[in-house]
Amino acid sequence: MEISQDIRRKLIQIAAFGFSNSYIGNIPAGRLYKGSWKNFCNPGINCYSCPAARLSCPIGAMQAVGGSPKFIVGFYALGFVLALGVVFGRAICGFICPFGLIQELLHKVPSPKKRIYKPLTYIKYVILAVFVILMPALLTDNFGIGTPAFCEYICPAGTFEGGIPMLLTHPELRAQLGGLFVLKAAILVVTIIGCIVCCRFFCKVMCPLGAIYGLLNNVSFYRVHVDREGCVSCSKCRDICPMDIDPVAKPNSAECIRCGKCAAACPVKAISVGFKRNY
Amino acid sequence: MRMSENRELKTRIIIAIILLAISAVLVTAGVMRGEVFIVFTKAVHICLECIGLG
Repeated sequence: MEISQDIRRKLIQIAAFGFSNSYIGNIPAGRLYKGSWKNFCNPGINCYSCPAARLSCPIGAMQAVGGSPKFIVGFYALGFVLALGVVFGRAICGFICPFGLIQELLHKVPSPKKRIYKPLTYIKYVILAVFVILMPALLTDNFGIGTPAFCEYICPAGTFEGGIPMLLTHPELRAQLGGLFVLKAAILVVTIIGCIVCCRFFCKVMCPLGAIYGLLNNVSFYRVHVDREGCVSCSKCRDICPMDIDPVAKPNSAECIRCGKCAAACPVKAISVGFKRNY
Repeated sequence: MRMSENRELKTRIIIAIILLAISAVLVTAGVMRGEVFIVFTKAVHICLECIGLG
């Protein structure tokens, strides 16, 4: 029995989610895993304040180092993300990212489905530049410590994976809730509604990590290959694409998460996804 | 057509290899200047910013 590309991808997503969040016993206790795995970054978005989290969030790590008094830019996390992006591009989003899986599950909730308004996809680059790079480095307190602005003002993954479990188990934290939490909760609600209506709304519009991987999509080794001579222009690939792109016109668009749905839908097998073309 | 495709492929691979080398340098530099400790320290304490408490 052959396993379809979509099932294979889903199994990889579940395995990656399980590996990233294997300390589920910490959730009822509201405590964090503090072992040596936290020295390493997760390839995808996964809040390190989630009690079940095994690894560090790469975007959180970049801001933590960029916001420290000694440094302006976090080389460690940036180098890690750069290496993964060069090899896999946004396949990390499509296969490994735990928050990507959550978004895909949310999209299964019955509702009218919409495509994204293309200019909104540029917001993530602004978020990357302003909230992940500039604000942690420039907005510092008296001790020279910068604000992890993306985590503090935007990240719905942090509110969902870290905030909710921690607030449910720590009454002393609930007592400190204020306007900032209201803002983050509102962003989380918008993200959840966005993901129900539009597949991977957070990836398309808000994710700074997706922005970095997207910029590397054009040079990555793992990529989409299109046999233009074999293509019969049926548009099935464009219709099925969850990221609202046309794989034939722009096979390695910054939005492509290499999910392989286009390749599976192609009636003449003119599209392949992988390290090597197969036509 | 085939020649221009090959040239494009070569250019892309060269850029990718250069970026991989840069990433290796960045990770090494980050480890050597103690960034891993900063990341670890942040990750093993409750991140109030992530939760929405600032």
